[in-house]
Parts: sequence; structure tokens; C-alpha cells
Amino acid sequence: MNSQSRGKWLGLLCLVPFAVFFIAFQIAPLAWVAINSLHSDAGWGLDNFIKAFNSRFYRQAMQYSLEISFWSSLIGIVIAILGSYSLRKVPGRLRDFVSAFANMTSNFSGVPLAFAFIILLGFNGALTLILKQAGIIDDFNLYSKTGLIILYTYFQIPLGVLLLYPAFDALREDWRESASLLGASGWDFWRHIGIPVLTPALLGTFVILLANALGAYATVYALTTGNFNVLPIRIAAMVAGDISLDPNMASALAMILVGMMTLVTIVHQWLLKRSYHVSR
Amino acid sequence: MSRAERGPVGLYHRVVVYILFLILLAPLLGTFVYSIATSWSATILPAGLTYKWYVALWSDPRFLMAFAQSLLVCVGALILSVVLILPLLFVVHYHFPKLDALMNILILLPFAVPPVVSSVGLLQLYGSGPLAMVGTPWILIGCYFTVALPFMYRAITNNLQAINLVDLMDAAQLLGANTFQAAFLVVLPNLRKGLMIALLLSFSFLFGEFVFANLLVGTRYETLQVYLNNMRNSSGHFNSALVISYFLFVLLLTWAANRLNKDKD
Repeated sequence: MNSQSRGKWLGLLCLVPFAVFFIAFQIAPLAWVAINSLHSDAGWGLDNFIKAFNSRFYRQAMQYSLEISFWSSLIGIVIAILGSYSLRKVPGRLRDFVSAFANMTSNFSGVPLAFAFIILLGFNGALTLILKQAGIIDDFNLYSKTGLIILYTYFQIPLGVLLLYPAFDALREDWRESASLLGASGWDFWRHIGIPVLTPALLGTFVILLANALGAYATVYALTTGNFNVLPIRIAAMVAGDISLDPNMASALAMILVGMMTLVTIVHQWLLKRSYHVSR
Repeated sequence: MSRAERGPVGLYHRVVVYILFLILLAPLLGTFVYSIATSWSATILPAGLTYKWYVALWSDPRFLMAFAQSLLVCVGALILSVVLILPLLFVVHYHFPKLDALMNILILLPFAVPPVVSSVGLLQLYGSGPLAMVGTPWILIGCYFTVALPFMYRAITNNLQAINLVDLMDAAQLLGANTFQAAFLVVLPNLRKGLMIALLLSFSFLFGEFVFANLLVGTRYETLQVYLNNMRNSSGHFNSALVISYFLFVLLLTWAANRLNKDKD
């Protein structure tokens, strides 16, 4: 008994270094941001938040962040659903190859991805030229909101495939056969069985994609050298820029960003509770 | 639900998979062609082929320096992670299984708090004073530990559950080993492969980390991603060679992890 409890004490001691590092690099910075978002030249209070929501410029940053995240997550998840469902239906070798490739491209994001897109879809990009000569588009501006949505969608697809591919395990092949024996059409099957069963996984994946896009900084920074107005760019500019440093205001915007993510997660939990498959 | 289909339905699925593959491949292929082109502007195909951009890249001392510094920071962060996370996991699963629920909440934090948010606090906390680390690789090693944590924790937990930690420990102790011997000589060797895979995959995404590196350290200790960003004004061909070299390196790591994973079963 004595040696047992001594082992437990020694065990607790082993946790101390982990706790120190975790607090120093994860908890403390977040706490600093949370506290200082409430501090401004005028003293303590909600001044920073009031200023943020009253400023057209910051409101635009929030709006662009939400729009780009929403659309890139939606398009990304639709492509990922179609792709990962079909991946399960093709012969093994093709499946293994493409899913391994999707796995690898999930690391292809940030600065290298922005560069690749400039080469392909920039003003003189190869694809832009092909599409222009074919008369499909007049002009394409990668450095715009549409351009960013396409770029974000690209890095959402591999992540979506990675997360959704296992989810289709929940859908058993014999259910489909039983349903069709009972007279259900393909559409009936998806409407009444397929989609309800997959809903929790789809919602979960969508939330992760949204959070991923909301927090993304490297890609948009590398593409526009920090000239496109989204929240992460605004935050970074106020702590690491050359002009107008304002860590307190940066903290307030950072809290707004974290707030958005928290809100998305809460809505997700609420939808999950209402969804049909909760008893599982 | 993973039966291969035949007939027109099978054809449809095949086409979808090929389109998915093409979408994912396009930016890489474009960059690769650009990196071996002599010049490529305002035409659909490049003028000629060359490997001079790769020669230029791999003989640039600044690039080699950035590459080495990236390696150092990532390896340092992974060593720190193993030293901190392995004992934690062992203690949690062997002595305090109830703590696992708390840990699963804590490891969500690095996901839920984007690096750009943490950076605001980190810059103020460690910019000056007794713990001034901003501008040094040390702060990156600490931050990368938090980036790798959720993934490492989950991956090693799955492994621990697969080897049945408590039974293994009891058996070792029954045969006369003390707790340390049992942990190091019995449990650790059983985790070796799973740990290797987790390390390789963590390495591949830490190697691509840009936000912390750029905001907290920048050119004072240039990593590969920061170097890439700073080279934006040099030749696009040169940058493409850089992107492709980076991607091939990451490819090699993930490929090795995949191979190990297959050997495991």
C-alpha cells in the first residue's frame, strides 16, 4: 500500500514538467489575451470590443473571415463527400493510391500552397491563360475574395476526405440492400437512412473545416502580403506590424475570433443533440 | 460499404476519384513544371526545360541554413514532446485513468486557439523581461510542442490501449521488474513503432509551420517557411523549385510513416 501510494506521488511529480510547459505556451498566452482584451487607454472595460464592432474596417474583416470560411468549408465538404464516397467504391489499388495522395496533400498548405496558386491562377498563371483563351473567363483575380475562397477550398478538401472517409463505415451495405428490397429508391435511401446516419459526422467535419479556415493565416498572408482584410491578418498586423501596434485591440479581435469558433462549436453540440443518431 | 462497383455506377465512381485526384494534383503539377521551365509567361506551355533552378536553390547557403534550422527546431520540439508526453501518458493511464477525460479537453486547446491568437500573448509575455525568448528558436520549440501535443497524445493513447498497459505492467512486476524497469524495458519497446509513426507525421506538419515562426522569430532565426516567404520577390522558377523540394521532403516522411504503419499489421 505504502509503495503504491509512493508510486502515485512519483507519478504526479512526472506531470509537473508537462504542466509547466503547457501553461507557459498554451494557457498563459490565452489568459494574457483574454485579460488584456478588456484593457485599453481608457482603463478596464469593453471599450476595445465596442470600438471593434463600431469600426467599419474591423466589421469588414469579420465579415470576410466568416464569408470565406463558410463558402470554402461548404464547397470543400461537398467535394470531400462525393470524393470519399466514390473512393470506397473503386478498386483497392486506385483507392489506396488516391487516399494516400490526399493524405500527403493535407500538408500542402500555407506559403507553398499560395505560391503554387500564384503560378497556376495568378494574373499570368497557366490555368488563367488557358481558361482565357478558351473564352471561359474574361479575367480572374486570385487576390480577391473569390480567389481566396478557391484557395481555402483547396486545403479543405484533403482534410475533409481524411475526416469523412472513415465516417462511411457507419453506413452498412446490407441496409441499402434491405431498403431497396422494401421498395426504397436510391433517393429514398439517402433521404431516410444515409443522410440521417451520416449527419453527426458531416456536422463534425464541417465544424472542423470552419475552424480551420477561420484561424488560417499563412495562406492569405503569403498570397496578399497581408493586404487582404480578414481577422487573423488584422490581429497579426497589430502585434507584429511596423506601424500602429496595439496589443490590446489585437487581443480583443483575437477574442472575437475565438468567440466565433466557440459559437460554431456550441451550435454544433446543440444540433448534434437534436439529431436522430444521438443515442449511439 | 467498401465494395468495388462495376458497370456504369462503377464508372461514375472512378471518374469522381480521378477528378478528385486531378484537383489535388493540379497545383503541384503546375509548380513542378514551372520549376523545370527556363521561362514560362503568357503562354500555355513553357519555353524549355532545365534543372538550373534546383542547382541554384541547393547551392544557396541561405536556403541550406534555413533548412538546417527548420530541422533543428522540429527535432528539438519533438524531443521535448516525447520527454513531456510519454511520462504523462504513462502516469495518466497507469495511475490516474480518470485524468484522461480532462486531458482530452485540454488537448483541444491547441486546436481551438489559432496560432495567431496565441502569438499575441506570447509576444507580450516573452518579448522582454526574465523570460525573453522572442526571436530565438527556444520559443518555437515550446510552441511546436503545443502544436504536436493533440496529435501525439491521441496517437500514443491508441497504442497504449492496444497493448493493454495495465496487464503488461502487472505481468512485468510479477516477474520481478520494478515500475521503472517495466516502463522502460517492457512498455516502451512495445510502443516503438507507434511512436515512430506519430513522430514522422508530427514532423511533417511541424516542418510546414509558418505562423509562429514568422510572427515570433522571423528572420532572426529563419526557418524554411519564413525563408520561402521572404524569397517572394525572387524568380518564380526558383520559388517553385523550393516548393517542390519542400514537398518531396515531406512526401518522403509521410511515405515512411505509411510504410511503418503497413508493417505494423
